Amino acid sequence: MKFLSEYRDQKAAEKLAQQIWKKVTRPWTIMEICGGQTHTIVKSGLEDLLPRGITLVHGPGCPVCVTPIELIDKAVAIARRPEVIFCSFGDMLRVPGSTKSLFDAKAEGADVRIVYSPLDALKLARTNPERQIVFFAVGFETTAPANAMAAWQGDHDHIENFSLLVSHVLVPPAMEALLSSDNCVVQGFLAAGHVCTIMGYEEYFPIAERYKVPIVVTGFEPLDILDGILMTVSQLEEGRYEVENQYARATRREGNRPAQETIAEVFEVVNRQWRGLGEIPASGFQLRGRFQKHDANLRYPFSGEVAQESPECISGLILQGIKKPHQCAAFAVKCTPENPLGAPMVSSEGACAAYYHYGRRQQSDSHDRIQPELSSTPSR
Amino acid sequence: MTVMTEFNLSCPVPRVADDRIVLAHGGGGRLTHQLIEKIFMPAFGNPMLEERHDGAVLAVNGTRLAFTTDSFVVHPLIFPGGTIGDLAIYGTVNDLAMCGAQPLYLSAGFILEEGLAMDTLRTVVASMQEAAAKTGVKLVTGDTKVVDRGKGDGIFINTSGIGLIAANVKTVGPAAVQVGDAVIVSGDLGRHGVAILSVREGLEFESPILSDTASVWPAVEALLNSGIEIHCLRDLTRGGLATTLNEIAADRNVCIKLEEALIPVQETVQSACEILGLDPLYVANEGRFAVFVPAAQVDAALDIMKKIPVSEGAVRVGKVEESPSRTVVLQSRIGGNRVVDMLSGEQLPRIC
Repeated sequence: MKFLSEYRDQKAAEKLAQQIWKKVTRPWTIMEICGGQTHTIVKSGLEDLLPRGITLVHGPGCPVCVTPIELIDKAVAIARRPEVIFCSFGDMLRVPGSTKSLFDAKAEGADVRIVYSPLDALKLARTNPERQIVFFAVGFETTAPANAMAAWQGDHDHIENFSLLVSHVLVPPAMEALLSSDNCVVQGFLAAGHVCTIMGYEEYFPIAERYKVPIVVTGFEPLDILDGILMTVSQLEEGRYEVENQYARATRREGNRPAQETIAEVFEVVNRQWRGLGEIPASGFQLRGRFQKHDANLRYPFSGEVAQESPECISGLILQGIKKPHQCAAFAVKCTPENPLGAPMVSSEGACAAYYHYGRRQQSDSHDRIQPELSSTPSR
Repeated sequence: MTVMTEFNLSCPVPRVADDRIVLAHGGGGRLTHQLIEKIFMPAFGNPMLEERHDGAVLAVNGTRLAFTTDSFVVHPLIFPGGTIGDLAIYGTVNDLAMCGAQPLYLSAGFILEEGLAMDTLRTVVASMQEAAAKTGVKLVTGDTKVVDRGKGDGIFINTSGIGLIAANVKTVGPAAVQVGDAVIVSGDLGRHGVAILSVREGLEFESPILSDTASVWPAVEALLNSGIEIHCLRDLTRGGLATTLNEIAADRNVCIKLEEALIPVQETVQSACEILGLDPLYVANEGRFAVFVPAAQVDAALDIMKKIPVSEGAVRVGKVEESPSRTVVLQSRIGGNRVVDMLSGEQLPRIC
């Protein structure tokens, strides 16, 4: 298939893997930022091709994993209002809040709908003038332009019954937060290609320089990721720490200017809570100025109790790569995809869910090249 | 910049959704299985039910009958390639075929919603009539109920069916699956689920994706009459190939190993899955089945299947191995391996 099959070619993959094997002389820990990249790594079994010394850490670039519990609670509270049709991307529905998920709310009668685009939510607002349509605007820079566009359009067309519950987060501040932690184990980054398609990659240069860490803007197909890993380990082996672009077919240094302008018109940068990372300054978006009348946060003041968190889940350490999912006492015992204690067990690209599914194979698989951490996964 | 020396991430302990039915209970994945094991089996358990097959095989006066039932709640009612009506016929016919039984008689129960357009009902009934005629089954009993507007979704249909297992046909079911068997699928995967979703999501393709809804009995009949040792037949409906194979791997304590490069998926279906964030392995089919045969008989089985229109796209996709047991493993196109697990519920479109 055009633009797909050529990035999933076995021969080309083997060739890249060989180059990585040749290059690597010692262990390296690399974080792929984006959940989409994690998904590809898991789905294609890409780690099987890598030298055992290469450890991939699944980063915080999964909106499902980092959206704070308070916001899920708020979303559930809004969704339960009888006048509201609550629209969300699909995988947010299963994320546990402090007492329930949006799926639970739906089962109890709330009108919760899965949409593929915020513009679909806007359409619902037009066709259901007697209802209030609230769109759960989560995600990274990648989904920001479409969400900004929906807010802009709603405002422009005076669609008063449309609002957004915004929890947008930004990648570079989260990378800095990870890197400034004393426990940071990450030595190189695969930056999220699609985030950079929108924002460009100018803002990564100071990070690479300050923390002396290679950053490679990387795509999402198996060959992209292998290529990104090769570029990163080459830098690491050669002692370089630069910003490089593996994903040149979709990403330019300056990014997508019209998209950035729309974002800047609609959103302003604010501090944000990240599940697992705490509050990070200047790490998110909220609606600005005239668009605030479409802000569900303001339209539906929420006075819920402070969310109860359990100390059992160690996903903060997992998102940093300090601990592996199977080193968590609750892993696969109390915490499973059906009954997740933490968000990384929810989404298919969450690190814990990935290990849960993948680790099963280790019991009797003699495959020699699998990472040692994985090989020691306890039997379930 | 907040300096974080220690990440104190804590997570919520969620309440498990076990006090109410959620959609995932009907998704065919783990929650459906839990429902069956915890609620239905304890209440109704008997040797025939405990076979956990697509239908029950009943010995009556020396004759073996297959008996099955299925309910259809698809939305939209009319979709590219079919309607809820022909689906209701083919679904039950195929469940009978999976027992190795020739489908003979069907019942149909209609639950209609107040306000349904009579034209829609006519269209659905006409497609049922046509499907029944094509398949050679007779609709011999039925029932109609009407519910208040808002209490249904246009039309719900339940069909039950009876089929006859010929005297020379050995029992086909998961119990006969063996290490060394080859796994064949009868054609390209994912068309029904994607046809439905693309209508729901308003996606348009240059050539529309048509549901694969069809009776697979002609292919099954040819296989049964061929003398090939058929170890198992399973249709690949709700939950798709991945869910079906997981059930068999768990039942038989074996590993089923798939090769991604061999799995047939139409290009448009693959594209739609990429856009929708779905994995075609888990997408529902309504005219596809998997068949397990001894490795030595793969070519013979494929020869037969390819001559029948409904299975002309048949292809070997994998094999049964001993370990890791109770697992489905897929070798990806780039040569890595992953476990293809059973889903907890419906596939959820991913954000990124």
